[in-house]
This record gives sequence, structure tokens and C-alpha cells, in this order.
Amino acid sequence: MAEIVRSRPGRLARLFPYRVRVEPRLKEVPRWYVLMLSALSVLVALLIGAGVIAIAGGDPWRSYAHIARASFGSLGVFSDTMVKAIPLMLVGLACSLAFRMRLWNIGAEGQFFIGAFGASAVVLIPILPAEAPRWLFIITMIVFGMACGALWGFIPGYLKAKFNVNEIISTLMLNYIAVAWNNFFIFAVWTEGGFQMSRIFPQNAWLPRLTDFSAQFPIFRGLTTHFGLVLALLVAVVVWLILYRSQWGYEIRLLGDNPNAARYAGISTGRNIILVMMLSGAIAGLAGMSEISGVVHRLQGAISPGYGFTGIIVAWLAKLNPFAVIFVSILFGALILAGREIQPSGVPKMIQGIILVCLIASDFFMRYRITLVRRGEEK
Amino acid sequence: MDLIIVLQAGVATGTVLLFATLGEILAERAGVLNLGVEGMMLFGAMSAFSIAVRTGNPWLGILVAMLAAGLISQIHAFITIQLQADQVVSGLSLNFLAVGVSLVLGEGLSKAGTVSLMTSYDIPLLNLIPIIGPVFFTNQKLLVYIGYVLFPLVWYYINHTRPGLHLRAVGEYPAAADTLGVNVYRLRYLYVFVGGLLAGLAGATISLAVSPGWFSELTTAGQGWIAIGLVIFAQWDPLRAAFGSYAFGALRRLVLDIQGPMTLFGYANPFYYNPYWGFFLQMLPYAFTIIVLVIGSREAVRKRLGAPAALGLPYIRGARGL
Repeated sequence: MAEIVRSRPGRLARLFPYRVRVEPRLKEVPRWYVLMLSALSVLVALLIGAGVIAIAGGDPWRSYAHIARASFGSLGVFSDTMVKAIPLMLVGLACSLAFRMRLWNIGAEGQFFIGAFGASAVVLIPILPAEAPRWLFIITMIVFGMACGALWGFIPGYLKAKFNVNEIISTLMLNYIAVAWNNFFIFAVWTEGGFQMSRIFPQNAWLPRLTDFSAQFPIFRGLTTHFGLVLALLVAVVVWLILYRSQWGYEIRLLGDNPNAARYAGISTGRNIILVMMLSGAIAGLAGMSEISGVVHRLQGAISPGYGFTGIIVAWLAKLNPFAVIFVSILFGALILAGREIQPSGVPKMIQGIILVCLIASDFFMRYRITLVRRGEEK
Repeated sequence: MDLIIVLQAGVATGTVLLFATLGEILAERAGVLNLGVEGMMLFGAMSAFSIAVRTGNPWLGILVAMLAAGLISQIHAFITIQLQADQVVSGLSLNFLAVGVSLVLGEGLSKAGTVSLMTSYDIPLLNLIPIIGPVFFTNQKLLVYIGYVLFPLVWYYINHTRPGLHLRAVGEYPAAADTLGVNVYRLRYLYVFVGGLLAGLAGATISLAVSPGWFSELTTAGQGWIAIGLVIFAQWDPLRAAFGSYAFGALRRLVLDIQGPMTLFGYANPFYYNPYWGFFLQMLPYAFTIIVLVIGSREAVRKRLGAPAALGLPYIRGARGL
């Protein structure tokens, strides 16, 4: 083996008589370590974000204190946080499913918009008469929203399976197309009196909200958290069951971890690409439906502050675990809710970006062990 | 609607795509996929406009934009080359980061003032060639002419010079390049940086020359992603990239301009009388990107061409495989 040349230690070495040693980990890291690492990266990200806000002339601590107060300060604002978190949960689940197969569905934003379109079509074409019962309305809107989202996921899935078209770019391009498609209907077809929005939906096309039950439970008065939360929790369970308790999920995970092994095992890559993209699109479409039917109650242009993209970060921070997605979504819901009033207005987006960068950088510590070795003591 | 004028403007629009595409080709040829092009472009556009408004000097703006985007690209370089993280995820995160930082630092910039238009030039003699002359060599900004020089240079550099050979080796078979004494890590850092420089230049071209101003995320409007699509269409070849970029530029322009005139070729212009059809026109560049990707991907399969063999893979010295 190479001998360590002993020379007179330099000035730096006397000040800091250690050497950083990096070696690959041979064992899986424990769970608490993953959690700690994620929490630390978020913390580091917030610190970096504070620096940038300060450079841009804002007051970082006031901004952060405001975010905390305006999103968790009372039951009312917490309910609003949940409203923002619901679409994030669904989109995060959609992304988690696709990412587990290393299928980069960046098109959740477009699938969200098209899902919203599909749900609105039920009311606005109209597919159901305005006096149809509420349960029928909601089920039909869910079906249409999910079907439209699935179609929007099918296109890139099919292109990838058939022509090996890069899904990152095709899903992204479909985002822009989806927005233009919705705008056409908002401006030209379903416009209400020339405004860039459709007419408001009849009450029986609204998802039930907590405040609807304030007669029985006075504490719910004014709370806007809607039935979409139940849908999101349901989908989380379903995605978890699919991924970890079904044969299909095993195929998805195997294709993600080792596509060659999966192919040798006779698992059809193309079919799974299309199916996963469709299911992922359907879940993102459901997010659009729940936002339209639970919050906006009409089709309009500004229905998403980038839920589809934030969902990507949510999925990543949750390490693609469906139940973790639920909790991470609440944190990001808070960021989106409170971020609306923060100046400069790009802050939530920037913090999301910094969090993702720190998170990915932190993965290094999961694969490598970094130790300080005292100089001269190394073997 | 004068088709020549549209094409002329299309070439200017295409220059943006050209710079971004060339930069991404260089990075990918070195084996690093950088999906942050859109964000780096936006960062460049913001920096360029901000500096140009403050100093009144557009060239200083361009310089700062290139350096700024180059610097931010090094985050991706560090995470993928040093920390060996997944290039797709890291590129996406760079994109989020750069977009976010641009929005924060660009706050209020849209009302900060205007920059004086950059001067346009004609190239004597060349502008007399029918069709090509008025489209390519008349009334264009200096940046556009830089584009004409740049893409053949990049092509020559990659295919016919020694550093270009090293670049290709690093992207195709880094272990072999390493044994021959080529510093894989350093070259990958370098070409990600060059990719950033060019993305910054592309952004600066938008905010200072093509559609001057700062319109937050709409400044780039997905052109960075189109550039990544064009790289695949171009099969990592700068000459094909130039063809694709100018064709796309012309398409983007056409989509914007076709709604203006009341008549088209002597007929009533349906896009003028149905302004809402404009939304479908807006979809065209994005739909076309997908079509172009299908063409490019099919061709790659047929001709057995393809991405640089080590694209997307971290190089770990001493590890098995590429």
C-alpha cells in the first residue's frame, strides 16, 4: 500500500489537524437518519433563502414569521392551509407513483388543468342537468376529471412506449398546450359576460365543505376545507396499496430500480409506462377536479399557483412515500398560502427551489460516510 | 403580412433557441444532462435586463447575464459531478431554483425602465442575395450575426479539434478518457459552465434584443424546454441544431404575426376574424416540439444514432462500467 509521506504539517494543517474522509456506505442508513437529513436540508434551504431575501431587500425573519403565523396561527388559517395542501397531496401522489418507476412526469400541471376542464365540462356543456343530485354530480365530475387527466398522461406515455420520446419534454410541452386549451374555453366558449371565467357552478356541483356542517358542529363555521381531503387520503392509501401490496406495484418498483432485470423477468416495459402515466395523469386530473369543485366553483385561468410543479418537490421530499406526501403537502400548502402576501412575490417559488437543491445534495450523505480523521492517525 | 419580414424576425427569435441549444449540446456531449436551461435562461434574461437598465450598456448586461447563468449552472455541476446525484432531478431542481431566484431578484424590474434598442446592421453584398439576403443579412442585431458564426465554430470544435475529441470522449467513454490523462471531472464542470454561459446569452438575447423587457416567467415561456427538445431532434449535432432553431424561430414568429393582417394571400384571414383561434396557434410551437421529438427519436432508432453513451451517468473513478 502507498505510504503516507510525513512532512512538516503546513499552517492549515496545524490549525485544523483533521482530514475529511469520504467512503461509500455499505449498510442502509437507519430511518431516523433519513428524516434528520431531510429536516436539516429544509433548514439549510430556509437559511439560504433568508440570505437571498435579504439581498433582494426584504426582511427574511419577518417573512418567515409571517408564513408561520398566516398558515398555522389559528384553526381558520390552518383550514385554509389544508385547502392549499389538498391539490398538492394529489399531485404529489401522482408524481410519487410515476417517479417510483423513474418515469419523469413533469406534466402534472397540465394534467391538473385538463382535469379541471373535464370536471367543468360536466357542468358547462352540460352533461348533467343543473338539478341533478349532488352525489351524481360529484361522481360524474370525478370520473370526467380523472379521465381527462388520464388521457393527458396517456399521450406522453404512448409516445414514450412507442417511439421512445423523452417524457420530460413531452409532458412539459403538454402543460403549455393544456393551459392554452383551457384559455380557449374560458375566453371563447364558456365566458360569462365577456369575463375570462365561466359562470359559477350550481351548489350541487360543489364538494361539501366543513362549513356546510356548521349547523351540527358550530366549530366548523367558516372552515373551507373540503371533501377533496378525503379523496386525497383515499388516493394515498390506494397508491400505497398499489405500490407495496400488489404485483403491479412490484413490477413498477422493479422497473424503476432495475429496468433490465425487469425486462428479463418478462415484465412489459411499454405497457407499464402507459398505464403508470395514465394513472398518474388521472390522479393529477382529480386534483384539478377537486380544486374546481371544492374551491373555485367555476372554470377560470388562474386556478393553480404551480401546484403541478410543487407536487414534484413534495414527492421528492416525501421520498416517494404516499403517507409522507400528505404531511409534506401541508408544509408546502402553508408556504403557498402565506407566500401570497410576501414581498418579493417570487419568494415561495425560490424557497421551493432551494429546498429541492439542498435535498438532492443531501442524498450524498446517505450514500457516503463522511468522517473527520485526525492527521497522522490514519492507517 | 410580408413573409420576408416574418422570417427575418423568425431568425432573430431562432437565435435565442440556437444559443440555448448549442450550450446544451456541449454539456450533453460531455455527459451531463442539464434540464435547468429554462431557469438559467430566465436568470440570464433577468440579469441582462437589470444591468442594462441600470447602466444603459446592453453589452455589459449580456456579459453579466452569461456569467450569472454560468455560475448558477455550477450548482448542477457540483451536485451531479461531485455528489453524483441523479442528473434529471438535479436539473429540475436547478430549474426551480433559477426561476425562483430570478422572480425574487426581478421583482419590480418590469417597471424599472426601458433599454434603448440595440442597433441593427445589414451585411453588404450578402444582403443582395434574393430571399436569403433579406431574411438573414438585413436589419439584424449583432447577436444574430454572432449566432451565424457560433454554430459552425461549435461544430468544428466538437468534430475536428483535439479539445473537441476530449469532450466527446468524456461523454462517450469517460473511463477511457481518464486513462489517457483527460481530466473528466474538470471537463464536465467546464462544459456545464459553457452551457450555462450560452443559456445566459440566450436569455439576454430575449430580454435585450428579441422582445426587450422583463415579463417574469413569460419572458422565456418554455423556450428552454424547447431547446432541450431540439437537442434530441438535432442528434447532438450543432448544424442540425441551427436548422431546427431557425425553423422553430420562424414558426414562433409566424404564430404571433399571422393574426395581424385582415387578408392572407388574398383571402379573408380566419385568424383575424376569430381571435380566439389564437389559443390554438399558441399551442403550435409546443405541439411541434413533440412532433419533432417523435421524428428525432425514430431516426435515432433507425440510424442507431443516439445520445452520448455516458449521458446522465455520474463518473466514479475506479467504479465498474462506464
